[in-house]
Amino acid sequence: MGEIRLMKGNEALAEAAIRAGCDAYFGYPITPQSEVLEYLASQTPEKLNGMVILQSESEPAAINMVYGAAGCGKKVMISSSSPGISLMQEGISYLAGAELPCLIVNVMRGGPGLGTIQPSQADYFQAVKGGGHGDYKLIVLAPDSVQEMCDFVPLSFDLAFKYRNPVMILSDGMIGQMMEKVILFDPIPRSEKLAEWATTGKTKNRPKNVITSIHLHPWEMEEFNIHLQKKYEKVKENEVRYEEIETQDADYLLIAFGSAARICHKVVKLGREKGIKIGLIRPITLFPFPEKVISEYSKSVKEFLVVELNAGQMVEDVKLSVEGRKPVHFYGRMGGMIPSPEEILKLIEEKLKWL
Amino acid sequence: MVMKTEEISLNKESELKETVVYKKSSLLTEKPLSYCPGCGHGIATKILMEVIEEMDIQSEVIGVCPVGCSVFQYEFVDIDMQQAAHGRATAVATAIKRCLPDKYVFTYQGDGDLAAIGTAETIHACNRGENILIVFINNGIYGMTGGQMAPTTIPGMKSSTSPYGRDVKETGNNLNITEIVAQLPGTYYVTRHSVNNPANIRKAKKAIRKGFENQILKKGTSFVEIVSNCPSGWKMSPIDSFKWLEQNMFKYYPLGDLKIDGILINSKK
Repeated sequence: MGEIRLMKGNEALAEAAIRAGCDAYFGYPITPQSEVLEYLASQTPEKLNGMVILQSESEPAAINMVYGAAGCGKKVMISSSSPGISLMQEGISYLAGAELPCLIVNVMRGGPGLGTIQPSQADYFQAVKGGGHGDYKLIVLAPDSVQEMCDFVPLSFDLAFKYRNPVMILSDGMIGQMMEKVILFDPIPRSEKLAEWATTGKTKNRPKNVITSIHLHPWEMEEFNIHLQKKYEKVKENEVRYEEIETQDADYLLIAFGSAARICHKVVKLGREKGIKIGLIRPITLFPFPEKVISEYSKSVKEFLVVELNAGQMVEDVKLSVEGRKPVHFYGRMGGMIPSPEEILKLIEEKLKWL
Repeated sequence: MVMKTEEISLNKESELKETVVYKKSSLLTEKPLSYCPGCGHGIATKILMEVIEEMDIQSEVIGVCPVGCSVFQYEFVDIDMQQAAHGRATAVATAIKRCLPDKYVFTYQGDGDLAAIGTAETIHACNRGENILIVFINNGIYGMTGGQMAPTTIPGMKSSTSPYGRDVKETGNNLNITEIVAQLPGTYYVTRHSVNNPANIRKAKKAIRKGFENQILKKGTSFVEIVSNCPSGWKMSPIDSFKWLEQNMFKYYPLGDLKIDGILINSKK
């Protein structure tokens, strides 16, 4: 079975990439995710299985290297943190427009601007609502542990190739930097067969392959957009993932992802000890968002509290799912500040007194 | 019976050999070129495909065409291609070559793409010595967007954003990026050509072929600049544009080899 190790989230992600048969990694140093590139460089997987690892001259160069490698049908990963991910947005739009599978990892830090190197979840909008130009979606996974930093790598590659779409792991400085026990999966043998659409050199037995996102005629551009939207609908139908904790009899429902969900997990425990009927829904996929389950619970619970490490971003999607049926409250800390479980529980207890 | 058919086919072949004086490369598609009449892009694309056909490497080639007049090259050629974002062709090509090291990889870029927005990608790909061929079309102007000033626009040259001629005090100097990349240890072959007359077209074609052949050696980047015209952007007839090119562009962009087999050619000046 799997090997057990004590690792940082960033290291577990890098090790998982090697084990998942990732063909190429491109990156540029930025705190708090530089361990990904450092770990990969230290493991010399190029000698082990020919994996390409390259430190690029910039984030725009790195994301375009992802484009080139993904266009050859390869399993490609890139990682960065918030300011670096901003620099990649043009390339991410091109990847979505050319329908290229790849894995993009954002180990978020506080912003805007150069911001801080402390953890944050302020890139939710950027990850889930687009980021770059045009109507496109990424499949977004939000890990809340080092174990999930590891396990979401092969899952991301599967989803990316299943839908020919970029996948983002939306992590943060806390998950990336902390050390935990992780059970590593056994290495997955690399498939030598490349997709039929990949640019590998035009042979006599197939038409030429072209990787592009340009459609100059508006009717063609619209047709392509309709195709993309249909694909995203399929993703919404099939790929929603979430975790429920003590939800069945809950009067009060917390909604949180990633690091904030970890803290809220503890809030549920402390609240239950005090006899408060409280539960947690942790969206694992941020796109597709678990709107149906939240909508269902809006019929039975009394109130919602959304907790995020930002000024209130996912709360908009929760409100869209609740459709005004019940009050949706928000509590957020910003700029790298992390709320304690007691802080959140106190807020809930104060709210309860008002009722 | 067998003898007879062979004789017939031989006769047919010899008839063809007598009548065919010029044949379009089989790697050029039936799609009419979107380039303006008289533009050097058409010639450059043609000789590029002729080289690939003559080397018989169609199944081994992947091209990268970024934003600019080159963006639709994939429509005119019968090879696998990736269309890249503005300026990023050499980053895209770097990854293709590293993932498929035994394939031939080329980029086909204009001056705005390669020497303005893509300067960092160009310099670093060359400095890493990526085993790719960079074909650089320098016509001193942004053609696709309607003739704006480019990094390669020469002093005094008119464009839609320098309508009174480029004033270097205001807008800076023209950038000789080919001279810069020649200095980098990663480049193996750096040369400047033109497609203004048949003799130069033949030389440019030879240079492109060398750029592909160098990839077998895995010794570094091949960089072929082609000084070209832009009749529409320059607002000249094709003939006048080539005359203007010879009289003005060559002063700033002298033709010839800058680096062969990794060794710098000393400047004659």
